[in-house]
Amino acid sequence: MELSKMTALEIGSKIKSKELGVVEVTKAALENIEKTDKAYNAFVTICADKALAQAEKVQKGIDDGTLTSPLAGVPMAVKDNMCTEGILTTCASKILTGFKPTYSSTAVRKLEEAGAVILGKLNMDEFAMGSTTETSVHGATINPWGENRAPGGSSGGSAAAVAADEAYYTLGSDTGGSIRQPAAFCGVTGLKPTYGAVSRYGLIAYASSLDQIGPIGKNVEDIAEVLSVISGHDPKDSTSVKQDSLKITLTNNIKGKKIGLPKDYFGEGLNPEVKASVLAAAKKLEELGAIVEEFEMPELQYAIPAYYIIACAEASSNLSRFDGVKYGYAAPEFNDLTDLYYKSRSEGFGIEVKRRIMIGAFVLSSGYYDAYYKKALQVKAIIKQSFDRAFEKYDCILSPTAPTTALKIGENLSDPLKMYLGDIYTVSVNLAGLPSMVVPCGFDSQGLPIGLQLTGKAFSENEIMNVGYAFQKSTDYHTKKPVLKAGKEA
Amino acid sequence: MKITDEMIDYIGILARLKLQDEEKETAKTEMEKIINYMDTLNTLDTTGIEAMSHAFPMNNVFREDVVKPSVDRDIITLNAPAKKDGCFKVPKTVE
Amino acid sequence: MEFLTTLGLEVHTELSTQTKIFCSCTTEFGGDPNTHVCEVCTGMPGTLPVLNEQVVEYAIRVGLATNCEITKYNKFDRKNYFYPDLPKAYQVSQLYAPICQNGHIDIEVGGVTKSIRIKEIHMEEDAGKLIHDPWDDCTLVDYNRCGVPLLEIVSEPDFCNGEEVIAYLTKLKSILQYTDVSDCKMEQGSLRADVNLSVRPVGTDELGTRTEMKNINSFKAIARAIEGERKRQIELIGEGKRVVQETRRWDDNKGSSFAMRSKENAQDYRYFPEPDLVPIEISDEWIERVRGELPELPDTKKKRYLANYGLPEYDVDIITGSKFLVKIFEEALEACGEAKEVSNWIMGEVLRLATDTSTDIEDINFTFANLGKLILLVKNNVINRGTAKEVFEKMFKENIEPEQYIKENGLEMVNDDGAVREVVVSVLQSNPNSVAEFKEGNDKVTRFLMGQCMKQLKGKADPGTVNVVIAEELAKM
Repeated sequence: MELSKMTALEIGSKIKSKELGVVEVTKAALENIEKTDKAYNAFVTICADKALAQAEKVQKGIDDGTLTSPLAGVPMAVKDNMCTEGILTTCASKILTGFKPTYSSTAVRKLEEAGAVILGKLNMDEFAMGSTTETSVHGATINPWGENRAPGGSSGGSAAAVAADEAYYTLGSDTGGSIRQPAAFCGVTGLKPTYGAVSRYGLIAYASSLDQIGPIGKNVEDIAEVLSVISGHDPKDSTSVKQDSLKITLTNNIKGKKIGLPKDYFGEGLNPEVKASVLAAAKKLEELGAIVEEFEMPELQYAIPAYYIIACAEASSNLSRFDGVKYGYAAPEFNDLTDLYYKSRSEGFGIEVKRRIMIGAFVLSSGYYDAYYKKALQVKAIIKQSFDRAFEKYDCILSPTAPTTALKIGENLSDPLKMYLGDIYTVSVNLAGLPSMVVPCGFDSQGLPIGLQLTGKAFSENEIMNVGYAFQKSTDYHTKKPVLKAGKEA
Repeated sequence: MKITDEMIDYIGILARLKLQDEEKETAKTEMEKIINYMDTLNTLDTTGIEAMSHAFPMNNVFREDVVKPSVDRDIITLNAPAKKDGCFKVPKTVE
Repeated sequence: MEFLTTLGLEVHTELSTQTKIFCSCTTEFGGDPNTHVCEVCTGMPGTLPVLNEQVVEYAIRVGLATNCEITKYNKFDRKNYFYPDLPKAYQVSQLYAPICQNGHIDIEVGGVTKSIRIKEIHMEEDAGKLIHDPWDDCTLVDYNRCGVPLLEIVSEPDFCNGEEVIAYLTKLKSILQYTDVSDCKMEQGSLRADVNLSVRPVGTDELGTRTEMKNINSFKAIARAIEGERKRQIELIGEGKRVVQETRRWDDNKGSSFAMRSKENAQDYRYFPEPDLVPIEISDEWIERVRGELPELPDTKKKRYLANYGLPEYDVDIITGSKFLVKIFEEALEACGEAKEVSNWIMGEVLRLATDTSTDIEDINFTFANLGKLILLVKNNVINRGTAKEVFEKMFKENIEPEQYIKENGLEMVNDDGAVREVVVSVLQSNPNSVAEFKEGNDKVTRFLMGQCMKQLKGKADPGTVNVVIAEELAKM
């Protein structure tokens, strides 16, 4: 089998058994990116020299027995909103032009300690604000499944890189569906862990109370292994939960598991092909021994407005520090301090980011706080309660990930509100802080992937990943590959 | 709700963003649409519901009061667009 | 028209924790610019705050010492505004649930006790420092102070004049020092006050429009700022103009204030709960433990001193007003048991030498128990008072041990009656004229003879004894 098509654990085990060398694997991965990524623009920074140096170091560690992780030596890549020491970290924004952090995010550091080899940084919507990876200052990423298709977002680069076999696994971040929706659109497997399961230290914040780092990979086994490395308490993140890393035991047995389908997620607006595919998946799980039931959760209709109020409010504050003084872009000409602020920010941020900052400033401003921000936090509480009630009955909630399959490039940019509404099935999970994963569950008539979303109660990653694993074991959607543009000759 | 020119200008001041005239027009229409959509929350009765800023009941996460070495200032100012004498340099602040 | 003044205070005090509020950098004052900083306190992207537990402990301490209710469920909020001294462009503070609420401090002005209500005390982070660079006509930003923990102590507008404000600040400062939470060095900015002031004509109830004066950093400057601002507002009203609600900066050198904020600083801080920090729940056990560990506070101490030691109220006020004088008093008292004497020494020599040598009271560093020893040496007639003052000066400046010093320098009093008599006889013999004058009824010459005797005794005799012996010897002649 072609090297690049293997899974992370397959490569890891061949490295461990000395069938393959880390440098060899890394070189192959870099060559592959060189060959294919012109077509997809998944990478915004490729750090070949650093990766090769790291590969040599990791090989030594494996040889002398200090590196024992199944992921040791496996090349991977990181969304560009996670700080990587000495490697450009731009959040796909002009305002972070040239920013090289002097520290690494905890998730990245933990992976490096386990022997990961970082190939580079991945494209995204600017500051993770978007659902298409088109708002990037580095240009749009192209979905490997369709020339004119967006990969979804905001972790579009992270999903596309895995779909295009450019990296064995990647890290993404999910504030309102930013791991799950692109994973679905790119036909790969992705997990948004429970809020607090993975440290946010070093993740450049979009909305601090919703952001969570998670893995994207080729199958459930791979991302379970990544999760076990990146999760666990971090004293540098006050919201990181005081517990050991999450160890997942995959059993391929879901007999008697109770799975709920929220009716409200299968109504108007859902593409019939997506609906059919997701319902077929539910049927499959039933065949595998799960008990599948429909239930109602009408509060979910309030999730999008609540989500956008909270996310924009936090973003307006989080992004205030980008002002042309300490790092990143500074306007070249200015009259005074205020002018430096206005120009650096107005020139440095893209249109969607400015829009969300302004909405956020508005909902927090004097006279509007109670009507918007406080109200949204109350709605958040209501949504959390309705999930709590649902999980008294069900082990897992099954739903579509997005109302459609991957959109055409440019299709959604003209109408921001329409774009926001596309997040309908994903944002409620972030409001409630729950774990949620996406596994491939089919294709539409145009051959575009469809993803199944499985959501569990807090810290039930093991539960939902077992459901996903059982589904994956009895289907082959996750093994399907797009016909790669540059890879056709192979 | 109607988003007026004054409101857009005021929000611009709060957020330190200056919009070009045409940008401003688009921003007004779009913000109005979005804010009006957000107003759908008003159809949900939230009386007596406590605002929830953290999804999980975590509390009292503390650090011990023990000094750790600071970071070299050349490293701290490494990414600064303008610096002088180990400081970040900004236009004169008038006070 | 006569006017009444209404004043409220917001006092910021830097806590004397070892580390900053949200990171492990030192809080030490000074240092080269940006040498006490890290990624967290400079607001680098992706970094997160972790709360220093000691800050909460200190806040509870101050709350209990100022009769506040302690808020059981605490949160931090972000206060958003742009300024180069604030690297995250928000200050982490407490708006919705401040840690202490509804307290009071009693002050005494002109013999009358008045209670000043404390609205709230909240925890927050300090900002950095801006340095004007005249060479480049630009501003340089130093983040060393950024993230140093602050308590903001907000009073109700209960003050009528500057005198009350100063009395409150003095009391507050001594409470902060007694409880060991702050060094209160105004010159280093670890105690700063913002003054809210309004005036209204006598006979009206409604408060006038208030202005706020920021960061005034000495008691004297505060008194001048209050007087200056009061006059300015009264003049404005007198000219038929309106007082504008605004923030003003007091320039103590010029003796006038000027408006600080422009329209770019619409005071709309868009506070919201800080999502990067989790709530703090303060249990009853925690509160009670801190209460149990509180030291005796100024008011209680004053009452006890008055009741137990019979000292003048003025002296007690001075001593109990400073935790450092209290320390001197209590350690010296412990060594000698002579409260009145110790108090006299502090009010006299200690304060005199501190002034003469320009030593801050907190920097006085002799072994305080030695003052007690010295007092006993006088009481037991080992040395006389004059010698004691000389010895004390040595103690104050060089921290010598008094007994040893007295021995080494032979300063003990001549208490041998015979030796004194020998000197007296010899002085009388060599001054026949004086003796003759005495015989003629001139008592005043005994003073001269006394001086002569003390001179020969090198001052080391008890003057009372010498006097008696002179009288006896004169009578014999």
